[in-house]
Amino acid sequence: MPIVAAVLALLPWVAPSQALSVNILLYGLFATGFNLLFGYTGLLSFGHAAFFGAGAYGAGIALAHYGVGWFGAIFIGVGVAGMLALLIGAVSIRSRGIYFSMVTLALAQLVYYAAFQATDWTGGENGLRGLTVSVLSLGPISLNFLDPTTKYYVLFAFVMFALWLLSRMLNAPFGAAMEAVRENESRARACGFDVRLIKLIAFVVSGLVCGLAGSLNALHLSIVPIDTLYYQTSGLAVMMALLGGAGTFLGPFIGAAIFLLIEDIFSLWTPHWQLFVGIIFMLAVLFMPRGVWGTLAGWYRERRA
Amino acid sequence: MILSVDCLVKEYGGFVALADVTAEFPRGQMTAIIGPNGAGKSTFFSLLSGAIAPSAGRIIFEGANITGLPQFRFARQGIARSYQITNLFPRLTAHENVRLACQALSASARGDLWHDRSYHYGLAETADACLEQVGLLPRRLIEVSRLAHGEQRALEIAVALAGSPRLLLLDEPTAGMSPEETKQMMDLIARLATERTVLLVEHKMKLVMGLADRILVLHHGRLLASGTPDEIRADTQVRRVYLGEGRSGRG
Ligand SMILES: Nc1ncnc2c1ncn2[C@@H]1O[C@H](COP(=O)(O)OP(=O)(O)OP(=O)(O)O)[C@@H](O)[C@H]1O
Ligand SMILES: [Mg+2]
Repeated sequence: MPIVAAVLALLPWVAPSQALSVNILLYGLFATGFNLLFGYTGLLSFGHAAFFGAGAYGAGIALAHYGVGWFGAIFIGVGVAGMLALLIGAVSIRSRGIYFSMVTLALAQLVYYAAFQATDWTGGENGLRGLTVSVLSLGPISLNFLDPTTKYYVLFAFVMFALWLLSRMLNAPFGAAMEAVRENESRARACGFDVRLIKLIAFVVSGLVCGLAGSLNALHLSIVPIDTLYYQTSGLAVMMALLGGAGTFLGPFIGAAIFLLIEDIFSLWTPHWQLFVGIIFMLAVLFMPRGVWGTLAGWYRERRA
Repeated sequence: MILSVDCLVKEYGGFVALADVTAEFPRGQMTAIIGPNGAGKSTFFSLLSGAIAPSAGRIIFEGANITGLPQFRFARQGIARSYQITNLFPRLTAHENVRLACQALSASARGDLWHDRSYHYGLAETADACLEQVGLLPRRLIEVSRLAHGEQRALEIAVALAGSPRLLLLDEPTAGMSPEETKQMMDLIARLATERTVLLVEHKMKLVMGLADRILVLHHGRLLASGTPDEIRADTQVRRVYLGEGRSGRG
């Protein structure tokens, strides 16, 4: 947690562009939410775009249609994502392994089509517009959200708060229970853990975190593209977490940074940049199955031992 | 009676793994369950630990009907089992394995989302006490996958002891052990049995004869006989189906 805080606090000073550092911050949080379920609980969801999108649309609709303030809009986004996670989680944790992944994918696609059709609310395929926030005011404080540095550190504060809560949870006995489920579900059950409940709580917390990432992203972009809910967005979380190191705290941010950097660099050269991302991802998974950060941390631990 | 089962049946498709078993288990006694391969012994334990639900019949534990409850309720009620095939958290240490089992049975710790794990130091102490009982305390920080087979078998017992269960189900605890390890394990079981009710599945017939208060014999899912070791030894039916072929079983 202190490493993550330091890295993210310094990010704007080392990243090639401001836009990139915000993306690393927010997609890193999104991948962290996903990682909570995949890396720590052992559940591979292919549908986390739904929670990222629910957060984005929840906050966006509150801002654009109901004139809710920015702070309230974030809460609404997170809340909507949490409720959706409760629903999708309750259905999907009934199945296991690849079936779980497929159920999450199918339900997330359902959410995508619903948003696609509900044009009055979501703007359909044009995306949701009209949610520009330029000044953040909360009580006596008011900040210029158009200033890139201010913007970054406001978002940073939210991300840090979420990460702090998460690290509490992971270091608490509940975090140990999640690991127990990941390591050996049948033994966890025999020990007396209510495995279903643990999975559901992990699922909902994961959805809340992704919802926060989505809400913040909506504020950041001033628009919610329909792609936010598309299955490719779910794939992003999977790739970023695996690339950086599933089951580690910093991994998803490292993964997000690598992924977005590659995208930035290669998309300047060629429209087929996804091909290169794919190749690098494949090589990384083959040669560093524990991800970049997971491998580094593993080396360090072995050297010390 | 701490436990009684009433007309317990388990079918898989059309195959009857356990047929109509009725039995009572007095508190404080050690009952051994013997029978040839595939007799239904492990199936019986899976039913008693709530891992699978019976096709028919009832399980009464300490006067309460617990049939059909989820598995974690069985554990929280005070029934613990060890597995015939080692079933632990392989990438965690011996200490973490037992501590998790303690946590699962502690109402204040198991769902704690807030405090650091070290806040519940009582769990770590209980876990170490369990490890000590089975002689694994010096190995507490070793990852399970690096423990020797015999040590893993002992850890199975330590994990089962975590919540001070009132009913302990041990499924072939000596499976794959050397004669020396087997002797140590049987000594340990004898010690454990002085403080709680133990059900022991064991196919090395000789071992249980000197240890168990009572013996149940399963054969093709049916309860063939039950009685004291002497009665079982004298039972002609048992001699025919089990003792005759027992020597040639797995080692
Ligand atoms: N999930 C299952 N599906 C189908 N058949 C099963 C299942 N589990 C067990 N069986 C069958 O039920 C029968 C009893 O199995 P069980 O494991 O209870 O025997 P056991 O007495 O423990 O044998 P062993 O001494 O080899 O451990 C076996 O014939 C087995 O093949
Ligand atoms: Mg068996």
